Amino acid sequence: MTRLRPFHQASWNEPILHEQTSPGERGLLPPTVEPEIAALAGDASSALPGELRRSAPPGLPELSQPQVLRHYLRLSQETLGNDVNIHLGLGTCTMKYSPKVNEELIRSHKVADLHPLQDDETLQGILEAMWRFERTLCEVSGMERFTFQPGGGSQAVYANALMMRAYHAARGESQRDEILTTIFSHPCDGAGPATAGFKVVTVYAGERGYPDVDAIRAAVSERTAGLMITNPEDTGIFNPHIDEIVEIVHDAGGLCHYDQANANGLFGITRARDAGFDLCQFNLHKTFSSPHCSMGMPVGASGVTGELARFLPAPMVERDGASGRFYLDYDRPDSVGKLRAFHGVPATVVRSYAWVLALGGEGLREVAEVAVLNNNYLAKKVAEIPGIEISFAEGNSDRRLEQIRYSLERLQQETGLSTLDVARRTVDFGVSQYFPSHEPWIVAEPMTLEPAETVSRADLDTYAAILARVAKEAREEPELVRSSPHRSTVHYMDPEPHNDPERWALTWRAWQRKHGEG
Amino acid sequence: MPEAERAARRVGLVVNPVAGVGGRAALKGSDDPVLVALARERGAEQVSPGRAEQALEVLASDGDGLELLAAPGEMGEREARARGFDPVVVGTIGEATTAADTRAAAAAMADAGVDLLLFAGGDGTAVDVLRAIGDRVPALGIPAGVKMHSAVFAVNPRGAGEVALRFLRGNGAVGEGEVMDVDEAALREGVVSARLHGYLRVPASASRVQGGKARSAPSERAAQEALGRYVAGEVLGDGLYLVGPGTTTRAVLAALGLEKTLLGIDAVRGGRLVAIDADERTLLDLAGPGTKVVVTPVGGQGFVLGRGNQQLSARVLRRCGPANVVVVATEAKLAALGGRPLLVDTGDPELDAELSGFRRVITGPGREVVYRVSS
Amino acid sequence: MPYTAHPYIPNSVPRIKEEMLREIGAASIEELYGAIPARLRLDRPLDLPPPLASEANLRRHLEGLLDTNRSCKETLSFLGGGCWPHYVPAVCDEIASRGEFLTAYYGETYSDHGKMQALFEGASMLGDLVELDAVSQPTYDWGTAAATALSMAGRLTGRGKVLVPESVAPERRSVIHGYCDASLDVVEVPFEPGSGLLDLEALRSLLDSDTAAVYVENPGYLGTIETRSARIAELAHEAGALAVVGVDPISLGVLEAPPRYGADLVCGELQPLGIHMGFGGGLAGFVAMPDEERFIAECPTFLIGLAKTSQGEWGFGEVVWERMSYVTRGDSSEYAGTTQNLWLIVAGVYLALLGPRGLAELGEGITQRARYAAAKLGELPGVEAPALSGPFFKELVVRFDGTGKTVAEVNRTLLDRGIHGGVDLSAAYPQLGQSALYCVTEVHTKPDIDRLVETLSEVIA
Repeated sequence: MTRLRPFHQASWNEPILHEQTSPGERGLLPPTVEPEIAALAGDASSALPGELRRSAPPGLPELSQPQVLRHYLRLSQETLGNDVNIHLGLGTCTMKYSPKVNEELIRSHKVADLHPLQDDETLQGILEAMWRFERTLCEVSGMERFTFQPGGGSQAVYANALMMRAYHAARGESQRDEILTTIFSHPCDGAGPATAGFKVVTVYAGERGYPDVDAIRAAVSERTAGLMITNPEDTGIFNPHIDEIVEIVHDAGGLCHYDQANANGLFGITRARDAGFDLCQFNLHKTFSSPHCSMGMPVGASGVTGELARFLPAPMVERDGASGRFYLDYDRPDSVGKLRAFHGVPATVVRSYAWVLALGGEGLREVAEVAVLNNNYLAKKVAEIPGIEISFAEGNSDRRLEQIRYSLERLQQETGLSTLDVARRTVDFGVSQYFPSHEPWIVAEPMTLEPAETVSRADLDTYAAILARVAKEAREEPELVRSSPHRSTVHYMDPEPHNDPERWALTWRAWQRKHGEG
Repeated sequence: MPEAERAARRVGLVVNPVAGVGGRAALKGSDDPVLVALARERGAEQVSPGRAEQALEVLASDGDGLELLAAPGEMGEREARARGFDPVVVGTIGEATTAADTRAAAAAMADAGVDLLLFAGGDGTAVDVLRAIGDRVPALGIPAGVKMHSAVFAVNPRGAGEVALRFLRGNGAVGEGEVMDVDEAALREGVVSARLHGYLRVPASASRVQGGKARSAPSERAAQEALGRYVAGEVLGDGLYLVGPGTTTRAVLAALGLEKTLLGIDAVRGGRLVAIDADERTLLDLAGPGTKVVVTPVGGQGFVLGRGNQQLSARVLRRCGPANVVVVATEAKLAALGGRPLLVDTGDPELDAELSGFRRVITGPGREVVYRVSS
Repeated sequence: MPYTAHPYIPNSVPRIKEEMLREIGAASIEELYGAIPARLRLDRPLDLPPPLASEANLRRHLEGLLDTNRSCKETLSFLGGGCWPHYVPAVCDEIASRGEFLTAYYGETYSDHGKMQALFEGASMLGDLVELDAVSQPTYDWGTAAATALSMAGRLTGRGKVLVPESVAPERRSVIHGYCDASLDVVEVPFEPGSGLLDLEALRSLLDSDTAAVYVENPGYLGTIETRSARIAELAHEAGALAVVGVDPISLGVLEAPPRYGADLVCGELQPLGIHMGFGGGLAGFVAMPDEERFIAECPTFLIGLAKTSQGEWGFGEVVWERMSYVTRGDSSEYAGTTQNLWLIVAGVYLALLGPRGLAELGEGITQRARYAAAKLGELPGVEAPALSGPFFKELVVRFDGTGKTVAEVNRTLLDRGIHGGVDLSAAYPQLGQSALYCVTEVHTKPDIDRLVETLSEVIA
């Protein structure tokens, strides 16, 4: 039996920055203006139009440099990133090790201090990295071209919905205004097309946890523009009829998008294009190891068939066949336009390229296989805990791939405590609270775990032991679980003020106005 | 806010001690005193006191912060004392408890201004509680009955305790739950005859899908309103449509500025009510090919036809045509089914078969789901 | 042959794998993939270059590749136009590289308390700058922030048209169109080619009862400050529309908080606040709004709120989570997702370091440098600088028509001499002739500007 270590998270009780202000202190001095400049330009801001000149200084805090540094280092200590905890509780997020060498590469001025509109001749290195990584993703997926412009999976799904719209418009079929998705696909597979103006039709799961082929057949029509689907969906169950589903949508005249946010168990195993998909996306900040940056720096690499490539956003990275030089091609008349400024987050592409280079094709397959092995190993341990079950396991002996949506319904029936109580209590053992499920909760009392390839067997044993311990506490000492956490940075917070316009506070200004000083 | 600053919250408890007895005796209910006696003769044990105690066990962990009001004897007091409470006893009972005792105790607790009324029982008990308290105070059912079509019960007894505890400790957000009852005499004859009696105010987190991040009661109302506006404005048009009961379908009429009868079927044409609380005969007179029928799942079981809206009989539906049945439901209501199919039971197996299969359900503006309907 | 243990994959050790397989009762890894039909299986290895498994080899290879870039540290660059060279304080880099922040994701109130506080404080300081009480968590960039602000305005007013200056950055305009076209008519308002300011007559003629919002920027893409912003906001309000203002927050030490001249919604770009350009990856946008329920209800981004825990500590949580597309799915007006949060933390660090005085001094210094550059460039024969008469902050349009050379030719020669000239505007704004947008900030010294002027004098000679 794995022994759980005594733990207490850093708890600095750090005041809000504004509470620490000390008028007159300075944290950074701007460069001085040379006298010749000052002499020529004069008191420049007084030359600004009067009504647009700042009339009162902003209410920013005033602090010296060590105070600012210390504050933020304390806050960093009060954060359990993947670097410091067994972060397998965030199912669907593919938390994995982000190699440090990649961070050093992208912090170099050779990446960090590039302007996005520099002349191509000064950008050969980064353009080549992007070009070569695009070839990598084409090989991994079977698609023809990729863009790295979309920020994250959500924007990639949105981008692909725009491309579906452009495709149908180009064929004179603008009446196709419906997008199908499934209830266990990521919410963005509905939200992205909805933002692009589509009507969204959601297909619920059948008894085996994935949509029935007949349900898809019932859902398609002459209005179907396309399908946005994950596989495996968030249950970790691979839908073996996926190619039949794609065919049904194709026969109805629609296109199919494969949301590959859940691709970590599939490298070298099965490919989007080989199942017939027309578009797909990979989340580089998940599957391809780029760090999650407190919910930042995402790239949703969006891939398409040759037929759809003309709709990709500008610019694309191309290589001149004759000279071998790389360049940015902005001349894309059929493009759906810009999704965001410039080229997205190229540093994330470089990180992911470096990660793939460190692994090679065989290594990528090893990533997939170990991720799936880890998941099945964890599943065995977790399913042994009384009160926790694997969803849709009844009559289904198929192994899951890289993640599983569990149900704590039995534990809830026995104890009354919900999965949210259990998740909160696990924090007292040094792990980030786990992700229950996207809404709506179809699986009762859900818990979604995804142990990527970078956790060790001991990590898996520890995590299962934490869950077993908390499940036991739920039976024997329910108040301990209900009132948790006890060894985290802070104690239980009633979430309700955050839904109350009279009480919520999105800024310190708002807090002071509504609640007075601190 | 520090615990100490919180005012003591008052919670009422009414246990229907014979609820659930009939189920064990395969009698499909315990409403009839003769049958209860029969069940006890058959050796059926009481169910609800134990269930109530499970819920109380959870509540007891916050004993200091709670003031418990209980109905006398086996209607609550005994269960409360068994779990360490020293309850204020409200009301009186005779030798054998009756529905009248339940109603009297519930009314007394509403008079006493409890923050929440907990009751242990089934649909029959819920109907009694509804009659006694209406919408005066929020209530929550500890599931202990044979039939639980009403959407006012927690998923299980301990869950009821947790929901109550959080409701009392926290924000006190409430939603509406349908109170339904099935005619037991008819059910014993194999005939289902369900009736929708009204709506109790229940803690918003009573349903099993509603965890900390699920939709709150206000946003569920907003979702219903948006759905209602969309269906009224974009789906139905100017023709005749028959609107079944439910809070979601109520929103369809509200979007037209019309008031819906809560429990009945209303007919609308050209934005105006042409029949209110119509019976089957009226509906047969009105309906014709192309008449649309708007229904929503009623109660907690997922029935869209055949429970609480039997006026929409097989004959009425045939006249309109099965393809014209429009099912509307918010995402939260569908999710509450936990993947179980929607159900139809029109009493006409052929029609039920036609209505079954994968159907589109309108869940929001421009938004549909493909969901399985079974009979 | 079994795969050799890879440093990133603890359980790639063959012995461990075998033990784990035994534990779960599987004969092989292959068995775990039993659910995938054979017809969908890739029947060959992935065709990728052989691995550079040693970190030393990997670093050498990639450093070699990236070394062929020439960064703005190696050239003298006057490129701006939506991504600008500003000084990045060492403390900003230190915090940005903290592993806890770098590798945190979706932990919330408890396990990621520190992250939540840093994000709340970042939003709070942006609120201080723009004097609004509610500030979103990041969007991808200024353009996506503007698109969201305009979409919000459409829903808030129930109207179908938004007015956007023709002088908005071409890329930003494309983003706004792509995002809003499904729900709004995006109509462009011309600018006066002499001043760069919005054509008020044209604005008046386009404003009507279906106008949801009028959008202006301070400073705009062409560098100018919209001197008649208050009048524009007034006109918008008279028509029942909202005034939406885009800002470069680094200017807000010297420029007015937009609500004081009538803005209802404010959006902008965080990259100037201590964030490296990163080939454009340093961008992050924000939207600020009044703290009113109807605005919050329409905001699609994450929102982090402050509250007290049961023990009276500061605690943080998601504000009205259920409005987000994670809950509303296909019923959403706008999708949400992972954006650029680390940059909001860094922007907060930057603002805390500078404080109100630092930001004012910085803004004053930038304005002076830009004016010095304009004066010096304007002395060159055939060069107009500033080419637009409107006041400017850190960017200015420089016109080369009088030199007989195109911007492309000028920039080509400058680059040969180690200088990146300004962004070429000639294709996007033909009405400005052969013009370029030059960016001058606190990173440019007098010798830098003088070198540009001298080199240009040779180039155009």
